[in-house]
Amino acid sequence: MTDEPVVGDDEPIDLAALGDAELTSQMHDDLYDGLADEIAEGTQILLDRGFSAQQVLDDALVEGMRIVGIDFRDGILFVPEVLLSANAMKAGMKLLRPLLAETGAKPVGKMVIGTVKGDIHDIGKNLVAMMMEGAGFEVVDLGVNTTVDEYLAALDEHQPDILGLSALLTTTMPYMKIVIDTLREKGRRDDYIVLVGGAPLNEEFGAAVGADAYCRDASIAAETAKTLVAQRRASVTT
Amino acid sequence: MKVSEIASARTLVVACGALARELRNILAQLPGDADRFDVVFLPANLHNRPQDIPAAVEHAVGDVGAGVRVFIAYADCGTGGLLDPVVARLHATRLPGAHCYEFFAGSSVFATLAETEPGTFYLTDFLARHFDALVVQGLGIDRHPELRDQYFAHYTRVVLLSQSDDPAVVELGRVAADRLELAFEHVHVGLIPFASAIEAGVA
Repeated sequence: MTDEPVVGDDEPIDLAALGDAELTSQMHDDLYDGLADEIAEGTQILLDRGFSAQQVLDDALVEGMRIVGIDFRDGILFVPEVLLSANAMKAGMKLLRPLLAETGAKPVGKMVIGTVKGDIHDIGKNLVAMMMEGAGFEVVDLGVNTTVDEYLAALDEHQPDILGLSALLTTTMPYMKIVIDTLREKGRRDDYIVLVGGAPLNEEFGAAVGADAYCRDASIAAETAKTLVAQRRASVTT
Repeated sequence: MKVSEIASARTLVVACGALARELRNILAQLPGDADRFDVVFLPANLHNRPQDIPAAVEHAVGDVGAGVRVFIAYADCGTGGLLDPVVARLHATRLPGAHCYEFFAGSSVFATLAETEPGTFYLTDFLARHFDALVVQGLGIDRHPELRDQYFAHYTRVVLLSQSDDPAVVELGRVAADRLELAFEHVHVGLIPFASAIEAGVA
């Protein structure tokens, strides 16, 4: 027998008592478990310890969501769990967003995103918007059931680097081609990086409709966006 | 193949469990020897993880013997086109369309419903009967009621595409709509579109 107290799984963890690395790791676990209050608390503790908002975002939140994304892709986590994780990340983002804005750091790029006409599903699109924001992009979210005219108006108004098209239905995903073909007809296709995503899509479909990339999940969308924006800027400056 | 041979050829049917009641009825009414069908039902809750459907279908068919025809009683069902290569590899056929709502209602009826209101959540008799298990629990709304708004924020109505004329099922559909805080509509589609699709598939 030992006199040391046994800490059960249900025992609340004193986040403030953890070291920096342990706390960051614990926040990955809390994101995985969708614990919004704990994520807000952990975020505030790291900020109070002098971590920059960007560091907390990158090391604790984005990295935690990357792990969630992998387990979702591998069928270990399902949509309800991912939504709870996203809600937890939002709780952290709520604290970080004003601090990130205060730094005056220029966004990595800008994205206009929307679910295509005839489709009102936005869970995946919202996850992408959140991960893009986490990756340092300014995101203009057009919502759902977006017509080609609405996309074009938003592109005119916001002059983004990236256009994101989302669809959940096999019946609505062909509308992506209508949007991309319209851009081509107007001679504007090459003005934007076009990313497509949604459960029924695949790489073959993305290529067939003329997108720059198909993104399987929100983490991959953010990574792909960063890579393609960097490539485009490099090609412009060389 | 002659008509008499078609009516007696052994056919393996791999079907979504959500179709069990209706499929059995229809197969029993087809001309020819009803025993020629071997039917394997897969769990209906694959609906909540459609990416697993292609592998589950392939596993269920297994090493089917020569001369046995294979019919897959699934539409695309959210597999994003990944079921079709499996169907082709098995030299099988499948139900037409994107999902069960479409083959139950018939493509033109379903297209009109979807176009009229994209924010429609569809129920069949099976889904109305098993709404709690497949939708409420399957989507985690029982444990986390706050997720209801994330799933259904842009939905305005529930449409029950009923196969039977059972008032109890209609009432279950109405209760489901209330649970989701959406308007309720009932469209009785019967079994004719589904029966035609099955008959074409196994013919």
